[in-house]
Amino acid sequence: MPAGSSAERLEALLGRPVTVLGREEVERGDRILEAARKGDACLLVVGDPFSATTHVELRLRARKEGIPVSVVHGASALTAVPGLLGLQHYKFGRTTTLPFPEKGHSPDSPYDMIAENLSRGLHTLVLLDIRADKGLLMTANEGLGLLAGLERRKRGGLLGPEALVCVVARAGSESPVVRAGPLARLEREDFGPPHHSIVVPGKLHFMEAEALVELAGAPPELVGKRG
Amino acid sequence: MAYIKEELAQKIKLMMHKPGWIRNIGIVAHIHHGKTTLSDNLLAAAGMISNELAGKQLYLNFDEQEQARCLTINSANVSIVHPWEGKEYLINLIDTPGHVDFGGDVTRAMRAVDGAVVLVCAVEGVMAQTETVLRQALREKVKPTLFISKVDRAINELKLTPEMLQSRFKKIIEDVNELIRKMVPEEFKEKWFVNVNDGSVAFGSAYHNWALSVPYMVKTGVKFKDIIDLCSQGRQKDLAAKARINDVVFDMVVKHLPNPLEAQKYRIPQIWKGDLESEVGKSMTSVDKGGPLAFMITDITIDEHAGEIATGRVFSGRIISGEEYFICGTNLRNKCHDVAVFMGPNRLMIPDGVVAGNIAAVTGLRNAVVGHTISSQKEMDAFEEIRHVSEPVVTVAIEAKQMKDLPKLVEVLRKVSKEDASLKVEINQETGENLLSGMGELHIEITTYRIINDHKVDVVVSKPIVVYRECVEHGGGPFEGKSPNKHNRFYFKVEPLDDAVVKAILDGEIPSDTKIKDQKALAKKLQDLGFDKEESKSVVNIHTTNIMLDMTKGIQYLHETMELLIDGVKEALDRGPLANEKVRGLKISLLDAKLHEDAIHRGPAQVIPAARASVYGAMCQAGRVILEPMSKVTLNVPDDIVGNVNRELLQRRNEIQAIEQVGDLTTIITKAPVAAMFGFASSIRSASGGRVLWASENTGFQGVPPELKEQVVAEIRTRKGLKPEPYDEAYYAA
Repeated sequence: MPAGSSAERLEALLGRPVTVLGREEVERGDRILEAARKGDACLLVVGDPFSATTHVELRLRARKEGIPVSVVHGASALTAVPGLLGLQHYKFGRTTTLPFPEKGHSPDSPYDMIAENLSRGLHTLVLLDIRADKGLLMTANEGLGLLAGLERRKRGGLLGPEALVCVVARAGSESPVVRAGPLARLEREDFGPPHHSIVVPGKLHFMEAEALVELAGAPPELVGKRG
Repeated sequence: MAYIKEELAQKIKLMMHKPGWIRNIGIVAHIHHGKTTLSDNLLAAAGMISNELAGKQLYLNFDEQEQARCLTINSANVSIVHPWEGKEYLINLIDTPGHVDFGGDVTRAMRAVDGAVVLVCAVEGVMAQTETVLRQALREKVKPTLFISKVDRAINELKLTPEMLQSRFKKIIEDVNELIRKMVPEEFKEKWFVNVNDGSVAFGSAYHNWALSVPYMVKTGVKFKDIIDLCSQGRQKDLAAKARINDVVFDMVVKHLPNPLEAQKYRIPQIWKGDLESEVGKSMTSVDKGGPLAFMITDITIDEHAGEIATGRVFSGRIISGEEYFICGTNLRNKCHDVAVFMGPNRLMIPDGVVAGNIAAVTGLRNAVVGHTISSQKEMDAFEEIRHVSEPVVTVAIEAKQMKDLPKLVEVLRKVSKEDASLKVEINQETGENLLSGMGELHIEITTYRIINDHKVDVVVSKPIVVYRECVEHGGGPFEGKSPNKHNRFYFKVEPLDDAVVKAILDGEIPSDTKIKDQKALAKKLQDLGFDKEESKSVVNIHTTNIMLDMTKGIQYLHETMELLIDGVKEALDRGPLANEKVRGLKISLLDAKLHEDAIHRGPAQVIPAARASVYGAMCQAGRVILEPMSKVTLNVPDDIVGNVNRELLQRRNEIQAIEQVGDLTTIITKAPVAAMFGFASSIRSASGGRVLWASENTGFQGVPPELKEQVVAEIRTRKGLKPEPYDEAYYAA
């Protein structure tokens, strides 16, 4: 659901039933396609529909069955987070996501991705895991803790306690929090309820540097180093 | 030379400190070849029980159940002092079960001893289980000697002349040596044969208390003709007076079996893979009682008063009552209460500790199970796992008659499985269904009897079922397995492993279900067994008897996905596609993988189902088969009922392998599905009036005949609450 909304409010607004689907049902897609075979069906998702993973596969399956698909784009963290921080989306490298570590799955690749982007002077948007089924949303504090752990393991010298990082909480809501500062300090800061995202900035344009100081409270000396 | 108990106790306390004068031995044999009778008479002759009771009392069979069935089920232990050439020796004797349904116990006992007396009946000769128990001994580097028993019966029933008697002995000795030649560790080739002339072979009657060996015959002037005369005249008491069984057998033990100082030198590298140059390593190879404690538990019995008694071998140091020790491989520490040695059903307390080279009985190690290593050093490497030659193949569901007894039943099942490591218990907390698996129908029956009579829980037991396995006929795949989000694809192919590879895994030559420690040695071993070079270097996991390979090259992010792929493949192997039975002997190769860019979209929820679907699909293409456990059945049948017995066997899907006639007895050897032999014991007993002696031994798995496959699969699936038909290839492709 979009920040601050609910299925009930939507039903009241639309005057029709709204069914909430779990991740597995969306991935299987059969209920959505079944509905679409009978008439108009709308799959409402958080963010911009094709910035998430599964939906393109669903669109292809619909197309193969001859079901016409139209798209209404929404606002997405992919653009809102850079926007709130005053960072230019031209200067972002590949996005990465930090998963909750699990047995057999605690990947290093997010660190590698950040390193690759930094080597080219690019920012990295670091998205944080959501486990809707368990009601778990990773906080920026947990995410920064994981990044610090990866730094200790990989020793690339990129994400030490003094490294400049940014946090955006509740992008798209009426009460976003936007912060920039040394990793160790932000790891201890309280950003309020989720969703949270992290950005690891690369080389900063002077306009970006000024924005981080003005909008996100970055210490000027830290931002200067990146300039 | 007989000691009264008190004197004996004092002797044992002193002698256990002199490893050069100790022999730790076990007696092993085919069922009903007279092992317990031999043990009893050895004890009686050594003065530990009265002569009158021996042979009739079955002293070692002190479990009521064992006496009733004339079977020895658990190992029992005693210590004896024996004089030889003017010196006294301490012999620690472990009795072992003779029925291979309980094969697990024999393997465990072999870990504790250095030498074995292999008992073979003069009438029946070498039998199936003779081979099994000998294999178990040699695998543990336990040196064999031979005792040919029931010689009086051979003489009186078969009317043998001295020449015939000698040629019969010769045949048995040759058969035993042939088995030794096949199975002996390389370093003892040519050295461990038994030889009638040097006295590593003895023969006699355990029941009538006499025994002889060639050196003893030379010494006493007894000739083969004298033996035959005395036996046929019913004057075996005179024989026993001339050649007492304990003198001959224990002379053989002392002279031909190694003491701990000799044995631990070559046995430690076999049973312990730690650093031999470490403090504990050196201490064990030199049997140093001043070194760190290394104690391996080979048996646990539950005593009404003392609680759990853990029996095992002290390889190094000293186990002292009141001390706290580590259970290696766990983070647990237990305090040792009583420390003792066994004297039959009694324990002789040794509070200041049982030392290296001896067999100890210990209470208080409440977290320990059979196979655990107990040490004074936290970091000591554990001993090699005690390998069970066979795995449980028969399962029953067991329920308490009264609902209120359920908690007690659960407790009792835990206890019996702790006492008998060859039993497996699965307790389902949700359904309340408890599954008990064992080596055979008799094994389960006896365990049930104990639950009812010893532990006083009334139970209802389901009909036995066998444990099945799944595999494939030929190669199949690569098969595309998709993740639920459709953004990851994996391509596995499968094919059956060669029998030699499966055997090497079962024998422990190829370690399974553990981190691969030495990739190079593994590759070499696999190449020797016919793997091509590329494949032999690509093993990522070995689960039970299945090998998983990664044949891909340079796929980005695959390394951080591999653990999940292994998990997915393991899930497929633990619940096969035909009937959710375990997969056996499969080679699974990952040929290609397509991964999503971002780690979040290739987590466990995506990768595990995709890997599973790919393996299942490839197995469908490879021709799925269901395997059933097989047994080798050996029967001794009186001539007049051979026809009836044959009919019974053929009805039970027996494949006759050999028929041999000796006198008026016919020996039939068959290969039979375990499932088809359920109830055979009672049907053959009533059909033959108990005149057929038979034994069976599990021999592994074999495909269910094609005409029965569908029915068997449907039965298993229905029992498990699945729809009767398995899914097809198309299902796994979706």
